[in-house]
Amino acid sequence: MRARYAYALAIIIGIAIVVCFFLDEIRTVSVLSFSLRYAVPLILAAMVGIVCERSGVINIGIEGQMLMSAFAGFFGAAVTGNLILGTLIGIGTGMIMGAFLATGAVTWKMDQIIAGTVINILAVGLTSFFYVQGQVLPGNTPIVAIPLLSDIPLAGPVLFNNGLFTYAAVAIPLILWVLLFKTRWGLRTRAVGEKPSAADTSGVGVDPMRFWNVTIAGALAGMAGAYLAIEAAGTFERGFTAGRGFTALAIMIFGAWNPIGALAAAFFFGLTQGLASQLQADEVIAIPQQFINMLPYVLTIVLLAVVSGRIKPPSAVGRPYEKD
Amino acid sequence: MAADEREVLLQATGLTKRFPGVVANEDVSLTLRKGEILALLGENGAGKSTLVKMIYGLYAPDEGEIRIKGEAVRLAGPRDAIKRGIGMVHQHFQLVPVFTVAENIVLGDEPLRWPFVNMKSARAEVARLSEEYGLKVDVDAHVEDLPVGTQQRVEILKALYRRADILILDEPTAVLTPQETDDLLRVMRGFADSGVGVIFITHKLREVLAVADTIEVLRGGKWVGTTVPAETSQEGLAQMMVGRGVLLQVDKRAAQPQEVILDVQGLTVTDDLGLPAVRDVSLQVRAGEILGIAGVEGNGQRELVQALTGLRRCSATTVTVNGQDILNKSPHDIHALGVGHVPEDREKDGLVGPYSVADNLVLDRFAEPEFASRGVRDRKAIDALSTNLVQQFDIRTPGITTTVQSLSGGNKQKIVIARELAANPVALIAAQPTRGVDVGSIEFIHSQIVGARDRGAAVLLVSAELDEILGLSDRVAVMYDGRLVDVLDIAVADRARVGRLMAGGSKDA
Repeated sequence: MRARYAYALAIIIGIAIVVCFFLDEIRTVSVLSFSLRYAVPLILAAMVGIVCERSGVINIGIEGQMLMSAFAGFFGAAVTGNLILGTLIGIGTGMIMGAFLATGAVTWKMDQIIAGTVINILAVGLTSFFYVQGQVLPGNTPIVAIPLLSDIPLAGPVLFNNGLFTYAAVAIPLILWVLLFKTRWGLRTRAVGEKPSAADTSGVGVDPMRFWNVTIAGALAGMAGAYLAIEAAGTFERGFTAGRGFTALAIMIFGAWNPIGALAAAFFFGLTQGLASQLQADEVIAIPQQFINMLPYVLTIVLLAVVSGRIKPPSAVGRPYEKD
Repeated sequence: MAADEREVLLQATGLTKRFPGVVANEDVSLTLRKGEILALLGENGAGKSTLVKMIYGLYAPDEGEIRIKGEAVRLAGPRDAIKRGIGMVHQHFQLVPVFTVAENIVLGDEPLRWPFVNMKSARAEVARLSEEYGLKVDVDAHVEDLPVGTQQRVEILKALYRRADILILDEPTAVLTPQETDDLLRVMRGFADSGVGVIFITHKLREVLAVADTIEVLRGGKWVGTTVPAETSQEGLAQMMVGRGVLLQVDKRAAQPQEVILDVQGLTVTDDLGLPAVRDVSLQVRAGEILGIAGVEGNGQRELVQALTGLRRCSATTVTVNGQDILNKSPHDIHALGVGHVPEDREKDGLVGPYSVADNLVLDRFAEPEFASRGVRDRKAIDALSTNLVQQFDIRTPGITTTVQSLSGGNKQKIVIARELAANPVALIAAQPTRGVDVGSIEFIHSQIVGARDRGAAVLLVSAELDEILGLSDRVAVMYDGRLVDVLDIAVADRARVGRLMAGGSKDA
């Protein structure tokens, strides 16, 4: 039922995009490219949420994990003068933050919301305290056009003429979908998130599974943070992630904890933002910039109000596993 | 007795397991041979589950030794146990509800076609096992859609898939109809004949005598004796379990039914998913009689009770108590009309765990003038009542200020019963009143329910334990798929007949 609405919406949006493309090629490509770039950190962060929650761990600390990674990635790149090194530092920082959450929420069986909140508060404090003004990146990340594919009209310039992070953000949900639903890791991960005691008695270690999933998901948060600082903005500011980690959780829910669903939801999110920006730039709608900036948050609230309660989260999410 | 020559599959010696504050198992030993059905008998809390959890690697024993096929082992977890051929069918099914039957069975031991799970071969293997052992299942069905009896077959197949030759069944018959139980006992015998050693945990004496080769009895975490069916009887086993003589039959006089108290006509209730759970049920309970509702769990009994006690909205032509309409009234209003409720989940709906015994005993009446004046509680009156009830209902507690959560299941249930009966209700709705309660307390609770009846209360008893229904009721209503299929007088309600109705058989069969 729900899936049918989602498909219908996707088809309508698809047709609208093609129509727009014939009406105004340049603006359509520009809006879509903007939307995709806007969606990249949301997609990656939503994947963090999916891997964690499918394993039964709420990760409310994605925001903090991204912020720390953006900080470490940016200053790493600025200090070493190497963008690749900076990116790796960002990803590594994400993993460390992932391990941090895993230690609290899995090993110590802390309340998962509190463990995540600790990360968020810690990240704001640390990144503000150690923030230094005036650092610059050694350059820009390259745009890699894929031969042949980038020549396709519409899809070419939007999908196949991007930075590496963007390719990763599109590929990772597809790979994650296969991993979750076709492999042993996926079967066990879902079992651990749905009914940990069943996994345990079947010989699947619940806590190790959760620990490593949460830790490795942290690498994706790291990638999202590194993207924001190194590729998207080319700089770092205090409070830089601006709630994207939380928005990603809404996208995860809207995508029904399914990587491809979340990919589509994130793109839809980016599209509304891209469209609003374009309309405003063209002075089609005359509303203050502040309202445009509000859009993702308003949309988050609306989406959650509409879908929450209708989509079932993994049953064991939020509960540390204790043998009875 | 001649020495048993069959190969010893499992030998546990001197197992001891302590939890903070309790010794769950103390110096327990057992031997399981090839082809043997060993019944592990004991009351709730006797340590049966702890014992098998040690054998299955879920708990590490503090002392003692486990030998599997002659080899001393230290099991680090279920994985180790599974590897050594131990399979377990858990009391609370360990299945992932949203997974298919095949996915559940292969979980943890998946056939691979790298890098993917080979679901095709998994499904074929499960279908083959299902065929071979006569355990019919649809490999592609989602477990959450299956009735409990089928879910249990999935659990058994899960053990067989792992080539278990030591099969532990923890209270497997608790959720089955009498017919399903008979089938399961036959399946167990079949396993034993094919060389599997079966450990069968239960507290139902009839089943033990019907199927076991050897009976080990535990009490209070300790081993109390070994026997064989030929040398004992239900009374003998009960005595071993409890440590004293127990009345298995409820002692009661014939009912003296008076006027109709609880009158329900055309009641329809939907479950959490909005599906009909109770369909057009009509029943009447008179003062001074016990109407028992028999049925396999999940056939609408829970929703029926919730509707009658105001915990769930419903639609009906009439629902009255003593002529007063209670349809969709609040639980408080219904209670105020003199309807006592013993909920099936006492931890969740019957008690406040961190509160004291005394506070729980006045949970329904704490604000009444008797126990409070001008918003200030009258400790003296509460304590006096509590002390009285603790004595009257034989609640074994260190004191009335002890928190309820630290008491045993039987004593918790006695608190609920005491509270609900203390106000002399005109009607008592009791759901699963002896679930998870020791035999001694069961005897006591049964006598209290009959006592309430004799004082003129109309009692509606809902239980999944057919013996309880048949032992207590004056009339037996059978519920199947949300309907009352028949109402029988106790004189004509025998196990076979009620069992057929519980399984959905027609009343004329």
